Amino acid sequence: MKVHEYQAKEILNKYGVPIPKGKVAFSPEEAYQIAKDIGGVVVVKSQIHAGGRGKGTFKSGFKGGVKLAKNAEEARDYASKMLGEILVTHQTGPEGKKVEKVYITEASDILKEYYLGIVLDRAKERNVIMASSEGGVEIEKVAAETPEKIFKVWVHPLLGLQKYQIRELGFALGFSGDIFKSFSELLEKLYKAHEESDATLTEINPLITTKEGKVIALDAKMNFDDNALARHQEIASLRDISEEDPLEVEASKHDLNYIRLDGTIGCMVNGAGLAMATMDVITLEGGKPANFLDVGGSATTERVKNAFRILLSDKNVKSVLINIFGGIVRCDVIAEGVLAAAKEIEIKLPVVVRLQGTNSEKGMELLKNSGQNFITAKDLKEAASLAVKAQKGM
Amino acid sequence: MSILVNKETRVVVQGLTGKEGSFHAKQCLDYGTKIVAGVTPGKGGQKWEEKIPLYNTVKEAVKMEGANASLIFVPPLFASDAVMEAADAGIELIVCITEGIPAKDEAKMKAFLKEKGVRMIGPNCPGIITPEECKMGIMPGYIHKKGRVGVVSRSGTLTYEAVWQITESGLGETTCVGIGGDPVPGMTHKDVLELFAKDKETEGIVLIGEIGGTMEEEAADFIKTISKPVVAFIAGQTAPPGRRMGHAGAIIAGGKGTAKEKMEALENAGAVVVKSPTEIGAKMKELLK
Repeated sequence: MKVHEYQAKEILNKYGVPIPKGKVAFSPEEAYQIAKDIGGVVVVKSQIHAGGRGKGTFKSGFKGGVKLAKNAEEARDYASKMLGEILVTHQTGPEGKKVEKVYITEASDILKEYYLGIVLDRAKERNVIMASSEGGVEIEKVAAETPEKIFKVWVHPLLGLQKYQIRELGFALGFSGDIFKSFSELLEKLYKAHEESDATLTEINPLITTKEGKVIALDAKMNFDDNALARHQEIASLRDISEEDPLEVEASKHDLNYIRLDGTIGCMVNGAGLAMATMDVITLEGGKPANFLDVGGSATTERVKNAFRILLSDKNVKSVLINIFGGIVRCDVIAEGVLAAAKEIEIKLPVVVRLQGTNSEKGMELLKNSGQNFITAKDLKEAASLAVKAQKGM
Repeated sequence: MSILVNKETRVVVQGLTGKEGSFHAKQCLDYGTKIVAGVTPGKGGQKWEEKIPLYNTVKEAVKMEGANASLIFVPPLFASDAVMEAADAGIELIVCITEGIPAKDEAKMKAFLKEKGVRMIGPNCPGIITPEECKMGIMPGYIHKKGRVGVVSRSGTLTYEAVWQITESGLGETTCVGIGGDPVPGMTHKDVLELFAKDKETEGIVLIGEIGGTMEEEAADFIKTISKPVVAFIAGQTAPPGRRMGHAGAIIAGGKGTAKEKMEALENAGAVVVKSPTEIGAKMKELLK
């Protein structure tokens, strides 16, 4: 799960990680008040779940999702140009994201920018902390062009972050004196925040040093492990569904794994691996999948019905492909579920069904003799090909 | 022969009295798996289905019934504790079916398993089956048939799909291992390949991977060293980057973990990579003629 910058900073600040003073605003007037309370020069930052905000452009033509405002009046003006507008960055895709809130923070006196990130290294099966003196730019870019400028330490899952590892990174970044000490404290707290909140990614870009010898998290990004949200109610409550696709939100309510894509063939499959493979076969047969949808191993009537509703709400869908491997749940039971669901929902699009596994023939018979317009296929290749052709016939 | 499990395997089921646990344990028993005990803390001394003794701890199940493998159906937030209990009790092979375990817990239990030198299949997996001998998992038993091909996969139903083809082709399987779709799995593709490479009965190997991580690339390095034919399929060739495709581990992150990279690595290592999962069985049949 993703959260906004201001939410990530609130979490980090609870652990004692230094951040610039600031508050979130939902209206230009609120932005004005907050800027006035902070006093002096402030930064107005659009809050969306995507990076590259500073270099982004609004659909209104206004440039920059992050602005330096000389005073409270200017902060109000910038806020009014951002709020309610669609911001397009290199991470949002051309459709952009609507800005619903802005974060007003004090402006910092930057001595130098750095990068600090924590993420699970799957190959090493433990968290890696990455630090670089190349802050403020995309870390992927640094990794590709100047990998020697990224320093890494791996944290043992059972022992935790060690002091020597913090020193190693601090010296590698060229810190000494007060800044070294501030950095060490910050990293220790940052790692604790990451670990205790079950974050999957914590990224401070940039981390800055100031002339006063301070080290501050100027920006913050945190993603959290969906599997761990059950033990972090306070983090789970930060979910912002306005940032997500409405159909995906609806699917998640029914425990369905649905991801909307830009094709035209709606797919309903049991199992994530088979669902991905079905998308692959559709593409090989010349079509484009409209979605990824895993109805789960059991594929009951209720689940199939909800899945149908969600699939068909996507207006780009021109045909539907149902691919189910019946294992412990028999295909005839699944076929009955599909028929019951189809009876309740009016389906105007061609539906290709392929059932394989336990009692598959019986299941296919049921569909064929149902009087409903199902197209049946004997294997996945044929099913995909039929689904591609069926939509062309429209 | 087979790998990891056979008719001698003595299975304890952790979470046997839960809904999932008892449903699937029944299927395993019917298949012929030797389930010797169940563990549900607080229910020690009772019997499940009037025949399988229940214990409070895995240690007791090992001591009293000689259990040497554990099948785990414990809810996600308690699963890593159950895994560590099994590893500490002297269980040699753990099969963890549970889906939804936090990645932090997985990294911790994996480090613990390494220290103990215990193998784990999963989590978030269908389990392992040696046809006609031992089924430790949730896969439909009847689609399998004793034979010549070893199967290792990160998926569930997609594995059944491949197994179905292999069974239909008449080749049959030695052992099928579903290693699961999580970011920090117990055994990896490579760990399982090493066992299949040494197994005399296994003549060919089917490897089913998916996007995310670098497990297939590591497997590719090992494939270079073996002479048995390997047919590989990678799911998610059309998956968008940055999205978690159902499985917690199936995500292309920072441009890494794409199907293309994995397919190239496997092909360069000498594996026969099929673009469509529908070709797995036929391709293996062709190679084992």
